[in-house]
Amino acid sequence: MNSIIISAEEILSSLSEVMDPEIPALSIVDLGIIEDVLIEDECVTVKMLPTFTACPAIKMMQQQVREKVLSLGFENVNVIIDDSVAWNSDRITEEGKIKLEKFGLGIPNRHGGEFSLFEIEHSKCPHCSSEDTTMNSLFGSTLCRSIHFCFSCRQSFERFKPL
Amino acid sequence: MQPAEELILKMADDALIMGHRNSEWTGLGPILEEDIALSSMAQDKIGHSYALYSILHDHFGHQEPDILAFQRTEKDFKCCHLAEFPIGEYDFTLARHFLFDHAEFLRYELLIQSSFEPLARLAKKIHGELKYHVLHANSWLVRLGRGTDESHARMQSALNAAYPLSSGIFEATPFEQQLTDEKVFAGEKQLQALWEEKIRPLIEQSGLQLPVVRDVSSGMGGRNGYHTEHLQPLLNEMSEVFRMEENIEW
Repeated sequence: MNSIIISAEEILSSLSEVMDPEIPALSIVDLGIIEDVLIEDECVTVKMLPTFTACPAIKMMQQQVREKVLSLGFENVNVIIDDSVAWNSDRITEEGKIKLEKFGLGIPNRHGGEFSLFEIEHSKCPHCSSEDTTMNSLFGSTLCRSIHFCFSCRQSFERFKPL
Repeated sequence: MQPAEELILKMADDALIMGHRNSEWTGLGPILEEDIALSSMAQDKIGHSYALYSILHDHFGHQEPDILAFQRTEKDFKCCHLAEFPIGEYDFTLARHFLFDHAEFLRYELLIQSSFEPLARLAKKIHGELKYHVLHANSWLVRLGRGTDESHARMQSALNAAYPLSSGIFEATPFEQQLTDEKVFAGEKQLQALWEEKIRPLIEQSGLQLPVVRDVSSGMGGRNGYHTEHLQPLLNEMSEVFRMEENIEW
């Protein structure tokens, strides 16, 4: 055991070095999938939420979280997938949204739980910030993306879907 | 079998079989975006079936999800006939997609209120994801229904073929009353009524006619394990790799 005492907050901040394998610019903390970090009798429990039910990256992220906490000196680490809370795209942090745009993805608007077809179809362009865009396809290169086109800069772009 | 168990099993089997059917378009979709859409919906649906099989494993003592998906016999499957049918031409795929996904979407909407907590939690999550599936289905129904004479005629005939089979989605099981009494699920009858109410205006807005069902038994039997000749070959193909080396670690 590491002689330095590490708090749950410090574990959480070290988890911001674990990146989403499908969007390497975004950490799992930015993505809002870390629900809780608990330390009890030198045993760390991290609760994670899956984004989409069929997200293929969740197992990989679970393993990476485990390795990250082990590397801090803890020996007893549990990373559990918590299904009592449903993840939605409102959980992406403001900093996360800035990173998404820099990465070239449109961002999901905050919807408070219910989102309409209008919100699905309308995305701000991540390249030129124009609102004059159209949706080309509801499905993109990963489950969490849709495909759009910007009439202002005439570029195609993908967007992180509102969910 | 308990009522909730039976309900979850048929939902899981529907999702697995529809997911597999959707995946048959991977690499063959008529345009790239559609190839991606059908493949994404396949991934979603197989993920949904995994989550449902996991509830059966965790709460009802069933075997692991992979065993449930790949090692049961045809008779053990409770999917509806509509899901089993081959993908056909793209028009049939789209008509089935429209009919099936609206029913699934409404089913999960009802299940958000389920007294069986694990199912209610999962329903909330899956419902949001299925929103994309029904929007996809709606957009093609309108586009082809109101497109050219040929696209209209083909969409209508695909709907005529798929619609009678969709009664099988709502085939009653002996557990209907108990499910309603225990507030697990509002029941197939109510679901079917909501579904008809939902799809009728959409079909009309697409300039298409709601088909008339002459044979009320069409599409029935799946929930009792009686299937069409299309299911067994699909199960064979789906489990081919799994059966090669059954205890392998992936």
